Amino acid sequence: MSITELTTVPTTTGPTTTEHVVGRVAEIPPGEGRTFVAGGTQVAVFRLRDGSLHATQAACPHAGGPLADGLTDVDVLVCPLHQYAYRWTDGASTSGAAPLRLFPAHEVDGQVVVEVPDVP
Amino acid sequence: MTMAPTRGILGGRPEGLTALHIDDGIDTRDRLVVVGNGMAGARFVEEVLERGGGDQFRITVLGDEPHGNYNRIMLSPVLAGEEHEDDIVLNSHDWYADNGVVLRAGVRADKIDTAAKVVHAADGTATPYDHLVLATGSYSFVPPMKGVRAEDGGLLPGVYGFRTIDETRAMLAATGTCRRAVVMGGGLLGLEAARALQGHGLHVELVHAAPYLMNVQLDPEAGAILKKSVESLGITVHLDVFATEVIGGDRVRGVGLADGRQIEADLLVVAAGVRPNTDIGVRSGLEVERGIVVDDQLRTDDPDVYAIGECAQHRGEVYGLVAPAWEHAKVLADLLTGTDPGAEYHGSRTATKLKVAGVDVAVMGINTPERDDDEVLVISEPRRGVHLSVVIRDDKLVGATLLGDTRKVAFLTQAFDRGAPLPEERIRLLVDLSDGAEEVGVAEMPAESQVCNCNGVSKSDICGAVSGGCSSVGEVMDRTRAGKGCGSCRSLVEQIVEWAADGELTVDPAASWYVPGIPMAKPELMAAIREQDLRSVSAVFAALAPGGKDDAKSKMGLTSLLKMIWGRDHLPEKDGEFINDRVHGNIQRDGTFSVVPQMKGGVTTPAQLRRIAEVAEKYEVPMVKVTGGQRIDLLGVRKEDLPAMWEDLGMPSGYAYGKSFRTVKTCVGSDFCRFGLGDSTQLGIDLETRFQGIESPAKMKLAVVGCPRNCAEAYVKDVGVVAVGNGRWEVYVGGAAGASVRKGDLLATVDSPEAVITLAGRFMQYYRENANWLERTYDFVPRIGLETIKQVLLEDSEGILAALDAGMQRSIDAYVDPWGQDAKQPATPGQFRPALPLVPLPKVPVR
Repeated sequence: MSITELTTVPTTTGPTTTEHVVGRVAEIPPGEGRTFVAGGTQVAVFRLRDGSLHATQAACPHAGGPLADGLTDVDVLVCPLHQYAYRWTDGASTSGAAPLRLFPAHEVDGQVVVEVPDVP
Repeated sequence: MTMAPTRGILGGRPEGLTALHIDDGIDTRDRLVVVGNGMAGARFVEEVLERGGGDQFRITVLGDEPHGNYNRIMLSPVLAGEEHEDDIVLNSHDWYADNGVVLRAGVRADKIDTAAKVVHAADGTATPYDHLVLATGSYSFVPPMKGVRAEDGGLLPGVYGFRTIDETRAMLAATGTCRRAVVMGGGLLGLEAARALQGHGLHVELVHAAPYLMNVQLDPEAGAILKKSVESLGITVHLDVFATEVIGGDRVRGVGLADGRQIEADLLVVAAGVRPNTDIGVRSGLEVERGIVVDDQLRTDDPDVYAIGECAQHRGEVYGLVAPAWEHAKVLADLLTGTDPGAEYHGSRTATKLKVAGVDVAVMGINTPERDDDEVLVISEPRRGVHLSVVIRDDKLVGATLLGDTRKVAFLTQAFDRGAPLPEERIRLLVDLSDGAEEVGVAEMPAESQVCNCNGVSKSDICGAVSGGCSSVGEVMDRTRAGKGCGSCRSLVEQIVEWAADGELTVDPAASWYVPGIPMAKPELMAAIREQDLRSVSAVFAALAPGGKDDAKSKMGLTSLLKMIWGRDHLPEKDGEFINDRVHGNIQRDGTFSVVPQMKGGVTTPAQLRRIAEVAEKYEVPMVKVTGGQRIDLLGVRKEDLPAMWEDLGMPSGYAYGKSFRTVKTCVGSDFCRFGLGDSTQLGIDLETRFQGIESPAKMKLAVVGCPRNCAEAYVKDVGVVAVGNGRWEVYVGGAAGASVRKGDLLATVDSPEAVITLAGRFMQYYRENANWLERTYDFVPRIGLETIKQVLLEDSEGILAALDAGMQRSIDAYVDPWGQDAKQPATPGQFRPALPLVPLPKVPVR
């Protein structure tokens, strides 16, 4: 899959982040997720039934489950291995697992853009 | 009555009793006045505040006692010295002040002027109201006895009621100087007082007017057993005799009985029942019978005056328990705050569990049969002090009495409160027939014992969640994850939650819903789906979910239901499926999948085996294993390899991943076996051919055996078929040998393989249409009841057999082998794209 670097977003402290085009929105069926690589970071990108895009770390923090294979709704993502659920708003688990890492994601002209920290 | 005047105010404020009350006339809130600050009145105020009533009402509480609100039920432990009085405070004076409630403690309300809407109190004040709630409770009844009262009309020194903290304190003080006590009354309070006083070293004799103890709650046999238990504590019990005289003059020196006997005593506790405090109602012209008469909205005959708790009489009943009082409080709070303007109280089914004089007692409903066709079951073990009985009417529990052994109380309470179905063998209501293994009641379980083995949740974790605020089984399961693995511990989790919550459990409304995201039970949901012609999961959410919101945890169940209802006319949506169904394989712990080709009846061929071997080598399958369902499993297959593998195999899916019909195990039957009575192998293949792949609320595993030796374990299958000779076959349903083990119930014995297929189809369709999501047949069959299932499926009692056959045929017609279909053309873009390509894979060791 092609990775195009768009812009580097400077931050006042800490590592810089970069927006990457990871693929086309049409590659993700409504309500499902697919795995992409953004600047060397593996991410799972979801296109919810309400049309919104969300990107998370690809592996479940609980036991490494493939999150892109999970069920979704407008509030949470459910990991397919042990049914731990994570909120889109802040990545917190609703049932006591470690939180999930979220990445900003949006659509530009049919492309999925994900912003991830630069890998040193 | 004597009491030390220097004693403190329970729940009082250190600086004294002031509460700033500004009535400046600008306040437009209605004035809500509550007379009575006991269990009912204070709870009512809490309920009103909880509903935001603090913004609607200026609340004033008049309490006869000077204290804050305390837990009257706990007076017995205080008297016994097991609890400190400070620990039974429910709401301190500060609580009232903090919540903007004016508490006028120590002020007795005398009379209501209902025309002027003013309450007149003994201190001369007049309190105007817009809404008035009477919660005056009850008082200890003192039967007429010669010499019981002093000249001033009060009780003779040494005579105590047992109703208030002040009386309790006075008795506690008296235990220091007194040696011999008589307790009048062998009801609950009397027994507790006797036990408490005896614990302080007094010699206690108990006098009870009825022929047996706790005669209101127990039957004579149970009462007799309780008497033995009480006597074994060293308390002397006199039954069937009145105390007629208090001997002493200036203070108690003894008690005279109606039969002429005299008992020496320097302390007399009168616990001969309570009577509602109705004086204020009588003086104010309200309708009063035994209690202050109220309607279903707890309203007296004056439209702005209500009565709740023990002082109220509703539909002829006056309750002496706290649970109904709290139900009154809730209903009235709903009503007055407008939270539920239609709220009504329709009476309480009272169930109590208590420890009386060291003996566990639980009673609910009636204690003896009342009608000719009432069923009654009694287990009596006088030597062990155990007496258990239940009364059943029309298949519902209408009463239970447990004495000395209350381990089954959680289940019985549920059956009594909610009309839960009863076991066919009634004796299971009272004892656990555990087939050898000794079952331990949840109360006796050690705190650290593991309840949910899947998620490692202990009894103490569950209790912690309950004390941490979870008030329903569902909340506890969400918080702790108990019961969310294989689900086999679910009923134990429920029992522990009920035990830990001790009756304070809210019924989880979602418990009756088919899926959590749509507030409907299955029949209602199915009707709505049909009526509104909803054919996709997203259409169901849009039409039936609150706010049209989708819910991840509901999708799988809805997909299954839609497939069952619409067959090939349902609109598939891949995001409504679990990953297993999206890619037709069972996901493994490392994100790979297992591939199980169909192998009908467990019969294969050399050619098939050769093909499987070649495929396994070509795709470097890390493990090849024979399954419990008589098939071959290729484990550790990468998602992206699935379509090519299916093509190479050229075999249909074995559905080893779905909530669906899985497989039919068979034995070798009559072709080769020396003992075979029927061709079980062929029948297994025929069953699998007909029902392959049909979706269901939970998986369905079948087996057919050629004789009762049961080599393919048909007795423990969802549907199990056993050849019994002469062309006859037994059909068993509801068996299991997984997380739960249950022998199936014999549904019928039929004459031909065709009849087996017809009956199995009808049972499976009935299960598909009526079972809850994820409810296996081993729960479904006992829940519905074997007799009901027999009537429906064998006698067509509901006239639905034709519809069941048609429904099953619709699903059979919709069957398409998913491997053959998706191998050629993916159902969605990237259906088989790897989800975890960069993470170093095998967490499962390769053998």
